[in-house]
Amino acid sequence: MAFDRRDFLKASAGAAALGTLAGCAAQAPTVGKARPKVVVVGAGFGGATCARYMKMWDPNIEVTLIEANDMFVSCPFSNTVLAGMNKMEDITFSYDNLKKAVDNFVVDYVTGIDTAKRSVATRGGKTFAYDHLVLGGGIELLFDQVQGYDAEAQKVIKHAWKAGADQTGVLRAQLEAMPDGGVFAMSVPKAPYRCPPGPYERACMVATYLKKAKPRSKIIILDGNEDIASKKGLFLAAWKKHYGYGTDKSLIDYRPNNMPRSVDPKKMMVGTEFDDVKADVINVVPPMRAAKICGLAGVRRGLDGKEGPWCAIDYRSFESLHVKNVYVLGDSTLTNFPKSGSVANNTGKMCAAAIVEMVNGREPDQAPVVTNTCYSATSEGTAMHVATVFRYDPAGKSMVAQKGGGVSAEESELEFAYMESWAQNVWADTLGL
Amino acid sequence: MKKSLVVSLLLAGTLGAVATAHAVDSRTRFMAANCGYCHGTDGKSRGAIPSIAGLDKAYFVQQMKDFRSGARSGAASTVMHQHATGYTDEEFEKLGEWFSKIK
Repeated sequence: MAFDRRDFLKASAGAAALGTLAGCAAQAPTVGKARPKVVVVGAGFGGATCARYMKMWDPNIEVTLIEANDMFVSCPFSNTVLAGMNKMEDITFSYDNLKKAVDNFVVDYVTGIDTAKRSVATRGGKTFAYDHLVLGGGIELLFDQVQGYDAEAQKVIKHAWKAGADQTGVLRAQLEAMPDGGVFAMSVPKAPYRCPPGPYERACMVATYLKKAKPRSKIIILDGNEDIASKKGLFLAAWKKHYGYGTDKSLIDYRPNNMPRSVDPKKMMVGTEFDDVKADVINVVPPMRAAKICGLAGVRRGLDGKEGPWCAIDYRSFESLHVKNVYVLGDSTLTNFPKSGSVANNTGKMCAAAIVEMVNGREPDQAPVVTNTCYSATSEGTAMHVATVFRYDPAGKSMVAQKGGGVSAEESELEFAYMESWAQNVWADTLGL
Repeated sequence: MKKSLVVSLLLAGTLGAVATAHAVDSRTRFMAANCGYCHGTDGKSRGAIPSIAGLDKAYFVQQMKDFRSGARSGAASTVMHQHATGYTDEEFEKLGEWFSKIK
C-alpha cells in the first residue's frame, strides 16, 4: 500500500472525520485545527514505541522521528552474540515499518535544541518545529572519567554497552581471537546504569563460550559496586552450577569495589583503586549519564532543578519537571524504574498516551500503573527474570513498587523460551515488525 | 479522492479499530498496551509466551485472580503471579473486557 505524504495527510484527516461520524467524539477537538506537531528524537525502545503508539492512538498528530542510525541494533540479547549463540544480524532490524508508521522519519544527528523557540536543529542543516518534544536518546558514555580511555584506546577497548557491529561485533571477534588460557577483564559501572543485570549476564554468556571453546581461560569482573547489583542469588547460583564459581577451576573471578579508573591499551591493563589487571581482552563500560540531547534541551536536571546525571520527569506524562513541553523516556530518566528495555518501551507508551490526551483537551491518567519484566540468560539454555508492578502515588509524586514482585524461584529452560519470545514481542512492539 | 477514501477506510479499520469500537477508555488502553512487551502488540504473541488477545473475559479475570492467590503457580506461573498482585479486581475486569474485544 503505497501512498505519498499528501495522500497520507488527506487520509488522516479522513480517518479522524470517519471516527467522529462513528461516534468517537473524543477525536473531535483537533479536527479543523492545525495538527499538533510532535518531534521524537531517538528510535530506540522508548522513542520508537512512543512514535508508533502515538500514531496508532491519534493519527491526527504529525509525528517526526529523528534517529542517528539507519538500523536498529538491540542491546537486549546482545550478550548472546558474545556467547556465539546469535549473530549480529539476529539483533539488527530495519526501520522500514516504523518509517511507514510516522509522518517523517529522518536519519540525522540532532545538534541543537531551542526550547524557547521550540525547534530542533540537525547536523544535516534541517530544523524542525514542535509543539511537544520527546527525547529517547538513551545514555551518554563518559570516557573522560576513565584515564586513558581516549579515541585511540576506544579502538582496542570496547564497552559494547550500546550494541552495534563496531562494539558487540568487535568484542565477539576479540573473544574468538583470544588464546585458551587468556584473561577477559570486564567492568560493572556504579549503579544506576543501563540494564542492571546486564554485566552479570554478560559474564554468564562469555563464560558459556569459554567453557566450550577455551576452558583454561578466566573472566575477571571488576565491579564498581560493593556487591552484585541485580539478581544476586540467581547469578551466584548460575555461576556455581555452570561455571565452577567458588572452586579453583572457576571461570569467573568476581571482584567487588573495583571501579576501573584507568585503561592502557598498549600494555592491555585496567587499573582500579586496588588492582592493576592485565588482560587479553578488556571490556570497560565507563560511567554514564542521560543522553547528550537531554543536555542540549536543558533537562538533565534532578528533582531540585540542579544539573545532574539523569532527567527528573513527571510520571504522569514523562514531561521534564523543569522544561515545558519536553518529555524524556527510558534510560535517560531519573526514576526508580530499572533502566531496562521493557521500561523504555513502556515509558514510550505512557508518554504517547499522555500527549494524545493533552492534545485532545483531556487530562492524562492521574494514577498510572506500569510493569517491568527483565529476563537474563544464565547459560545456553537457561534464563531467569525479575518482575515488578509500579503504581503512581499522588502524595509522593512517585512510582511505588507493589508488593509481590520479585525474581524467579530458579533459572529454567522454560524461562529461556519465554525470554526468546519476549525479545520477539518487544522488538515487534517497538518497531512494528 | 477515491484512493484517499480507500486509504481512509483502511486507516480507520486498522489504526482506529479499537478507538471506534467503544468510547475510548484511555487508562485501560495504556494498561493493556503495557502487556505488549511480553504478550505482543494487542496481546498477539510470537513464540512461547501465550497470546491474550480474544480471551473470554471471565476466563481472563479468573486466571488473574488465580495467579494472585497462588491457585495457578509453579510452571503454570513463572512471572504472572508477581504481576497479578499489583492490580485491583476492577483493573482485572477492565483488562479482561479490553482483550476479549480484540480478534
